[in-house]
Amino acid sequence: MASTILEMRDITKTFPGVKALSNVNLSVEEGEIHAVVGENGAGKSTLMKVLSGVYPSGTYEGQIIFRGQECNFKGIHDSEHIGIVIIHQELALVPMLSIAENIFLGNEHATYGVIDWDANETRTGALLKKVGLKEDPKTLITNIGVGKQQLVEIAKALSKEVKLLILDEPTASLSEKDSQALLDLLLEFKRQGMTSILISHKLNEVNRVADKVTVIRDGRTIETLPRKDISEDRIITSMVGRSLDDRYPPREPKIGDVIFEVKDWSVYHPIHADRQVIKNINLNVRRGEVVGIAGLMGAGRTEFAMSLFGRSYGRHITGEVSLRGKPIDLSSVSKAVASGIAYVTEDRKTYGLNLIDHIKHNVTLANLSGVSSRGVIDDMREMSVANDYRKKTNIRASSVYQLTGNLSGGNQQKVVLSKWLFADPEVLILDEPTRGIDVGAKYEIYTIIARLAAEGKAIIVISSEMPELLGISDRIYVMNEGRIVGEMAASDASQEKIMRAIVRGEGKTS
Amino acid sequence: MSTESAPAPQSGLAEDVKQQGPRVAVSALTTNLREYGLIIALIVIMLFFQYTTSGTLFKPVNLSNLVQQNSFIIVMALGMLLVIVSGYIDLSVGSVAGFIGALAAMMMVIWPLGIFSNPLVVSIVCLFVGALIGAAQGYWIAYHKIPSFIVTLAGMLIFRGICQALLGGGSSVGPLPDSFKALSSGFIPDVIGPLTLVPPTVNAAGKTIVGSGLTLHMTTVVLGLVAVLAYAYFGFRTRRKRERHGYEAEPFPLFVVKTLVGGALALFLVFQFASYRGLPVVLLVMGVLISLFVFVTKRMTIGRRIYAMGGNAKAAQLSGINTERLTLMVFINMGVLSALGGLIIAARLGQAVPAAGLGSELDVIAAVFIGGASAMGGVGQVIGAVVGGFIMGVMNNGMSIMGVNVDWQQVVKGLVLLGAVIFDVYNKNKA
Repeated sequence: MASTILEMRDITKTFPGVKALSNVNLSVEEGEIHAVVGENGAGKSTLMKVLSGVYPSGTYEGQIIFRGQECNFKGIHDSEHIGIVIIHQELALVPMLSIAENIFLGNEHATYGVIDWDANETRTGALLKKVGLKEDPKTLITNIGVGKQQLVEIAKALSKEVKLLILDEPTASLSEKDSQALLDLLLEFKRQGMTSILISHKLNEVNRVADKVTVIRDGRTIETLPRKDISEDRIITSMVGRSLDDRYPPREPKIGDVIFEVKDWSVYHPIHADRQVIKNINLNVRRGEVVGIAGLMGAGRTEFAMSLFGRSYGRHITGEVSLRGKPIDLSSVSKAVASGIAYVTEDRKTYGLNLIDHIKHNVTLANLSGVSSRGVIDDMREMSVANDYRKKTNIRASSVYQLTGNLSGGNQQKVVLSKWLFADPEVLILDEPTRGIDVGAKYEIYTIIARLAAEGKAIIVISSEMPELLGISDRIYVMNEGRIVGEMAASDASQEKIMRAIVRGEGKTS
Repeated sequence: MSTESAPAPQSGLAEDVKQQGPRVAVSALTTNLREYGLIIALIVIMLFFQYTTSGTLFKPVNLSNLVQQNSFIIVMALGMLLVIVSGYIDLSVGSVAGFIGALAAMMMVIWPLGIFSNPLVVSIVCLFVGALIGAAQGYWIAYHKIPSFIVTLAGMLIFRGICQALLGGGSSVGPLPDSFKALSSGFIPDVIGPLTLVPPTVNAAGKTIVGSGLTLHMTTVVLGLVAVLAYAYFGFRTRRKRERHGYEAEPFPLFVVKTLVGGALALFLVFQFASYRGLPVVLLVMGVLISLFVFVTKRMTIGRRIYAMGGNAKAAQLSGINTERLTLMVFINMGVLSALGGLIIAARLGQAVPAAGLGSELDVIAAVFIGGASAMGGVGQVIGAVVGGFIMGVMNNGMSIMGVNVDWQQVVKGLVLLGAVIFDVYNKNKA
């Protein structure tokens, strides 16, 4: 039996008006991969912030015991000093500095403030080898992809002689392939004896690598499952406090005529003018139909959607779009909205919400004319609209005056959805609608999608999670390298079939 | 500030008021702490100088001076608020004001323009030129994404240069016509006629002693009363409407106290003005503009769009807001208000001087930040900027009367700006 490396006892953390954690216990054994799962807002991140000293000792109750010693961290510096390193969901790298500079930032090999670049780069080379990243240490961070950046973060953690590595949603923005590589790396570290805590929403990943799973719900520890008891269903039941017989709400599609049609849509890269990003795409959506677009990261799905929506991406855009058989003008976002198209972005924080404003103002932003007359906003009408959508989409907040920046991911997503529902579109394009949100909120989003389809809207869902696409779509297009490489009814689609379409598409010459 | 009408400040509310009375009262107070705190700070500063200047500050003649000296800062701060809320900055406003003053003086005094040298025509032309300047700068910022700091820094140099060149080197141009000077130093006419409360004392030689007796400028009194009653009425009406919909969270007593205190303060100032020469014209102009901007920012869609753009430009754009055009409009507005500021400065001095408005961009920007705006954009209130402007003005005025050296005045103003922003950041982190 291995020894316990970390023990957190009865951790209670209160924010003004909210008890974020109450008597949470977490015990991690040396050399294991310990997954912490829970819905968004359950308190996982808060717990990790307590552990890493972001919330200094004294601002919470309870004890942290690391390798037999009680710890009272005053800040991140203290926790890193004894070997606890956390890698946050949002990467903390400086884009215009090189890999080597980033890895040793604040920790440079230097004598009297003069940096020994050779030593830095040699050590960086060794670290990169450990994490399996083949890049020159002098490469700028901005020039490598997110997956590789994640590896740089891990190399940075290794440079600090980490004893306990904490990864907060490490694969949230990674492609399937990069995620697999990262998980393999974690397993490799485990073989070398490192202990890690993995926070994740992706239960299949947890299932794959974790030795133990601790489930947190509403700021409390629910249970810790040993390896043999780990199964997705078991975890889900524990996370949401109820059993989800079905992860997708049942629906009976009532599909009508084609109402939305895109013909020969082509788009060139905004900077590299000779690079064609979208190549002659043709697709259509019927009334009441949910159409999925599958594909790997970089297949051009988001670029396609954004170029449709008011030419928000790319240039030299050609092609035709028609709604109910009539061509529509989508040359600006406001025209697209007026024509009845809505696009729910994949990146709600950057493109979807005004995080420093409250729910009410965010919900009405895309359709201010719906709550105003002659440019003057009717406060009462706006208020009832906001409350109405808050109820409809089940946004959990103290009131519509809560800042969207303080909401959990799932609730933020519901605010973005509300905004576009209030704009009353006929065609709704949802780009990764459930990215980074927990199982319970996912189900709610699926329910909303099903309801909209039942109301006769045409819905396009872009998703990298194939089970999700298979679960909610009626028909699936497969995209690869900017073109449609397959189309299939969801009823005879499968993950293998989609992958085969992608691979076959790759073989084609462009 | 009798014109501080329009909607009552928005309170952070929960819907079910009745169940949680006292807690909501506290939360309504704390959410508006910034707004109340600022007004209270202004009052405290005024009382402080009232004391240290042995009562000079609140003297009717000094209040009129105070308003006339600082009005251009506040007028420009209205435009600057929108610029800063949008996430930009405008360093050129002082130079533009100087240039417009010079242009106005040349048109009225030097150039043979015939009937076009009429002050009203000149003023309109100048406001239009201001709009063009705003458009020229806004164009580069909005459509070519050149940082506003750089574009307006260039504008600051360019327009100061043109201003000096227009005036032919170091000379000043004047005197300006009296009808033009009335914009700054005039008072509204007493159409109702004065009311003598205490007849002036007549001395032995049969002459009246200057400053004795008490005669009220009745038009001012009536206007003031109307404004205060309108403030109370609209405040009450908005409140009733919110109550009917079940959205009111501010407890009634708090509302009453707020309205009474606000009204009493306004009436006191009205009385002070009425006992001197009445309401300064420029105060009326300012009052109308402040009301307009409060309305635009709080109630109109364009105001909402500006806040959304400042909060997250990309999200605003993807919500169908034409952020480029909106940016252009914000800078055109700034240009017009800088021009108005320039006219006010020239009218007060009675002539155009090469240094008119020099450095005033910093006072204007400081006023907006003292008023609680965020340098990151998306946050800031009109009333905050106005109160911020008055805080700067009262400090200038009070310290001048006290005889504080101008050098040290700058130090104090700098400290107040830093203190106000630290207070803000501290508050935000605590929340």
